[in-house]
This record gives sequence, C-alpha cells and structure tokens, in this order.
Amino acid sequence: MLRVEDTTAVEFPAALISKCQEIIGRYPEGRQKSALLPILHEVQAVFGWLSSNAMDQVAEMLNIKAIEVYEVATFYTMYFLQPKGKYVLEVCRTGPCCLVGAEKIMDYIGEKLGVKEGEVTPDGLFSYRGVECLAACGYAPVLQIGPEYTFYENLTPESVDKLIAELKGKM
Amino acid sequence: MGRKLLLEHINVPGINTFQVYREKGGYRAVEKALKTMSTDDVVEEVKKSGLRGRGGAGFPTGMKWSFLAKPDGVPRYLVCNADESEPGTFKDRYLMTHIPHALIEGMIVASYALGANTSYIYVRGEMMPQVRILEKAIAEAKQAGFLGKNILGSGFDLELYVQPGGGAYICGEETALLESLEGKRGNPRIKPPFPAIAGLYGCPTVVNNVESIAAVVPVINEGGEEYAKIGIGRSTGTKLISASGNLRKPGVYEIELGISVEDFIYSDEYCGGIANGKKLKAVVAGGSSVPILPANLILNLANGEKRLMSYESLSEGGFATGTMLGSGGFIAFDEDQCIVRNTWNFARFYAHESCGQCSPCREGTGWMEKVLHRLELGQGKSSDMDLLVSVSKQIEGNTICPLGDAAAWPVASAIRHFRDEFEWHVSNPQLAVKQNYGLAHYADPLPPVVAAEA
Ligand SMILES: Cc1cc2nc3c(=O)[nH]c(=O)nc-3n(C[C@H](O)[C@H](O)[C@H](O)COP(=O)(O)O)c2cc1C
Ligand code: SF4
Ligand code: FES
Repeated sequence: MLRVEDTTAVEFPAALISKCQEIIGRYPEGRQKSALLPILHEVQAVFGWLSSNAMDQVAEMLNIKAIEVYEVATFYTMYFLQPKGKYVLEVCRTGPCCLVGAEKIMDYIGEKLGVKEGEVTPDGLFSYRGVECLAACGYAPVLQIGPEYTFYENLTPESVDKLIAELKGKM
Repeated sequence: MGRKLLLEHINVPGINTFQVYREKGGYRAVEKALKTMSTDDVVEEVKKSGLRGRGGAGFPTGMKWSFLAKPDGVPRYLVCNADESEPGTFKDRYLMTHIPHALIEGMIVASYALGANTSYIYVRGEMMPQVRILEKAIAEAKQAGFLGKNILGSGFDLELYVQPGGGAYICGEETALLESLEGKRGNPRIKPPFPAIAGLYGCPTVVNNVESIAAVVPVINEGGEEYAKIGIGRSTGTKLISASGNLRKPGVYEIELGISVEDFIYSDEYCGGIANGKKLKAVVAGGSSVPILPANLILNLANGEKRLMSYESLSEGGFATGTMLGSGGFIAFDEDQCIVRNTWNFARFYAHESCGQCSPCREGTGWMEKVLHRLELGQGKSSDMDLLVSVSKQIEGNTICPLGDAAAWPVASAIRHFRDEFEWHVSNPQLAVKQNYGLAHYADPLPPVVAAEA
C-alpha cells in the first residue's frame, strides 16, 4: 500500500543525482521516462524504501506526473512502499524449490527470527518473505538479500544460522 | 560427449573477462560479420542455421529478423530478453554470470544484422549481480573497440545498455517487456501491431532471448549450414537445459537437441538419475507453463518409442500425451512429491503474476488457485476437478497474452494425467494432508497400443 500521508523529508545525495543523470542519458531524447525503473532501484538502495516524497522527487527529475511513478512502484514486487528490516530475506517459494525443501527452510527462518512473514524483528534488522522463482532452481532452496541481491544457495538450517549470525556481526 | 557451442570454455578460469574470452577465440564472430559480411548475409546465415528462439515459443530467429520493418529515417532496436522468470528456468542467469561476453558478442552481431545502433538488455531486477557483470563486460568490450562509434573501422556504431526490471514475471512477455522498458507497468500490448513493426518507442524492434542471441555467435563462426547439422530435424543446434527438482545432479546442461529424455535424466554426463535412489514420478519439461507428464509418458511416446529432447518429440502426442520444450526448464518429481500441491503452487504463481488486464486471466487464475488450495487441504469436492478443467478452458485462448494459456495448461494436464491422485485427495482428506499418494502406476511401462481397426 502506498503511504501518501508520509512526511519524511528526503534529500537525494549528490552521488545519487549524478547516477540518475547518467541513467537518463541511456535513452533517446524525450524518452527519459525509460529511466524510471532503474532510478527507483537506485533511490531504494539509498533510503531502504520508496517514500512518497522520494517518488515525487523522481517524478520531478523525469518531468513526469507523480502518479506515473506511483503506478509503476505499486506494480512491481521489488519496490518497498513501507520501511523494511535492514535485511529482507527473500526466500523462493515456487514449485521447483519446494520439491527440495523450500517450505521447511522458510518455516525455519520464521522460527529463528521469531517473526511472521513480512514483520520486522524488534531490533529492526530482519524481515523475510516468500517470493516467486528467482531463476536459481537448480541450487534450491535459495534466498536473496537486497539492495545488491546477493544470493545464498542450497540452504540448510546450518547455513541459515551462519548467514544470520554473519549479518548480525556486520551491524 | 555432445558438442558444446555455448559452454565449451565455461570452466576456463577468467572466461568472464574480456581478455581470456578473446584468447579463447571470442569476438571472432564480430570480426567476421562486420568485416566480411553484409547485414543481409548475417540474416541469411541465421536462417540457414535453423536456430529457433530459446525463450519459449521456438519461433525461427532468422525469420523473425527478416520481418523487421525498415522505414527510412526511423531507428530500429534490438532488445534482449533477460527477464528469465519462468519457474524452472535458470540457464540465462548461468550464461550471463559465467560467460557474459558470449551475450555481448551476440548482441553486437545481431544489432549489426538488424541495423540497430542502440540496444538494450532487459534483465530481471533480482539479477542485480548479473547487471553489474554485464555492465563490466560492456565497458571492457568498449575499451577494446568492439562497441561505440565505427566499430573495427566498419562504420557501424553501437551503444549497449543494461536495464534492470522491477520484479514481475509478466515482463518476460515481449510487449510487456517493452512497456516496462519505456518506464511503465508491465501490461502486455494487444497485437498486432507486432514489435517488428511498432515496438520500443513505436519503432521496429526485435526481442530475443539471451540464449538465442548468444547462439548467433557459433552460427556465424561455424556457418549456418554447419550449425544445422547438429541436432535433429527442425530442432537444430544445441540447447541449454535447466535441470531442477529431485535429480542427483541438478544444474545447467548444454545438450545436442535429439538426445533421449532417458539419457538426459539417467546418464552420468547429465543429471545422473533421481536423487536419493528414488523413482521418477513426473516431469515438467519446459518450464512451469508446459503440460506435466507422468514418468512413463515423458520417457516414451504413446507408441512406445523413446521420447527425445527436441521441439518435435516433446510435443508429440499433442495435449493428450505430449508436452513442449518451452524454455528448457526441466523439473523432475520423485515418488514422494504431491502433484496436487505442486499444481496449487503453480496456480498461485500465475494468480500472483497475472497483470490483471483481462478478466478471464485475472479472475480465472485466482479461482483455480482457491479450488486447488482447498483440494490440497483435504477440503475439496468431487466436482472440483471438472470445475478446474472448465475454468481452464474458459481462460485458454481468451486473453491478450499467452500467460492465460500458461496458467491453464499445467492445471488441465495435471488433472488429465493424475486424476486419480486428485480424487484420492477428495476421498481421503485426512490422509491427503499427512502423506502423499506416491508413485501409483505413473512409472509403469505404457500399455501396448492396440492397433485401431481399419
Ligand atoms: C508470460 C510470458 C513470460 C515470458 N517470459 C520470458 C522470459 O522470461 N524470457 C524470454 O526470453 N522469453 C519469455 N517469454 C517469451 C517472449 O514473449 C518472447 O517470445 C521471447 O523473448 C522471444 O525471444 P526468442 O524468439 O529468442 O525466444 C515469455 C512469454 C510469456 C507469454
Ligand atoms: S492474459 Fe493475464 S497477464 Fe496476459 S494481458 Fe491478460 S491479464 Fe495480463
Ligand atoms: S523455483 Fe525457486 S528459484 Fe526457481
């Protein structure tokens, strides 16, 4: 759901603005709207999610209406319209992965973190959710973590323990 | 050992870099095409090769290229489809990760053939690591003079960009992909007009799968006729197969089209048999959208001959007893797997991924998901199977894009071949939530075909 009541002020760092300009340069004159999806990824990588204020600034930058940005941000699954845990563990839940135990791994992650799918742990660090096929079915079960979408394959309870411990250590 | 055209050097250390790829003979196809061939020659060579689209539909690539409109003064585009989201398919990710220059080289040759001076590789957003890999490969190729202005002094200019998507299966459908690349929601367009006439920004556009584009490199290096000698009949060349599920050695394999399914599953060169000493129950041979077949029908045709890994052999028998090669997403199910549960899982996938534009798809996929879920939970009714078949028939063929069909076929085929398992779920609700139906007769030899009376 889009949070339109949101009033968080956002200021785009200079590096983000110049990255956006570089992206806009990839398309022909007058087709700058093509930059929308890549730019939303860049913005999300900086802020962790897409607030309506951030999206309004993207609209301005691309000289399009704000609704054109909201429309896109709500259609695709990768854009977060709510603040999320620092690490969102996205576990594939589609058929081929389930054949080799994806559902069990997802349950295990839930137990381990002590939260339900979509909820954030009290320390604000973790949440997890099921996602559809990640094109890694031969190395199942798998999960990914943004913003660089690092992959963790052939998951076992032990490798999940190790991963969570590592991420906690990174704080 | 079968011939490897795409993955020959996959184990060479550093093959992901320009330097090593080049040392191994990389970018020869660009040199050959740009220095010694006209654009029409390249298209002709691809036609001769018999190469068929590797994204799922299997449409001949050379023919697709020759349909591209060429009005004066209008730019043309080549867009590579690297959205790879069809459940069971992971070959494009593999290729882009390990040998990215094969795709870049193919993009240069294909762009030259089509007269495209700006081309895009649309990669699903979740493949951010592959986006970075491709961006690096592009920078290396540009540095070496294979991209940019006046490539190799040929007068041909090309800029290549990588576009990340936002996470949506439907953006693999080519017109939805183009909408997405224009910065919009991924709603498929009504065809005609086809992209060859009005595609990206309304200009003539070719959309090709990663593997199709990479395969242009060996086609040019070897020559179309040589390429066509590999494979069987109209299934020419090699194909990347993504093997997943209950196999001893899942992974990506390059096969010569025409090997037997049995060889592919059981030989040590490929999947090495079923994992944990179990028996094979069923296979989805071409990604989640194609009909599922029980073990006996995937290994053998209805007439008892061996089934082969080719476009024709896999579809032999039509919907009654056949399936499709599709994207080459080969998913194997062992005796412990529940067909009802998997069918529900796939139905949920399609319900989740429907873009919602057409009512039969939007409503029908959701409805099938609900009915399958209650069957799986042991709350189904004996009329549910007929209901599912009837809903699937109402979706099939009544939608803007083929996602509707893709959602309908897995359900219809599961009920066709595994109806007794669905019925068991209805008649044994308590058992069905606790245990699986098992192998039943699905791995039995096919009954001999009784000769039809004249
Ligand atoms: C719902 C849907 C999803 C698709 N997903 C993909 C995909 O992820 N990758 C792909 O190459 N083709 C996909 N296709 C097929 C494309 O529409 C198109 O046919 C293909 O990219 C053409 O390339 P080819 O001729 O090289 O195979 C999909 C089609 C549909 C209907
Ligand atoms: S068939 Fe489904 S996915 Fe395709 S356009 Fe219609 S609603 Fe969208
Ligand atoms: S089904 Fe999980 S990665 Fe494909």
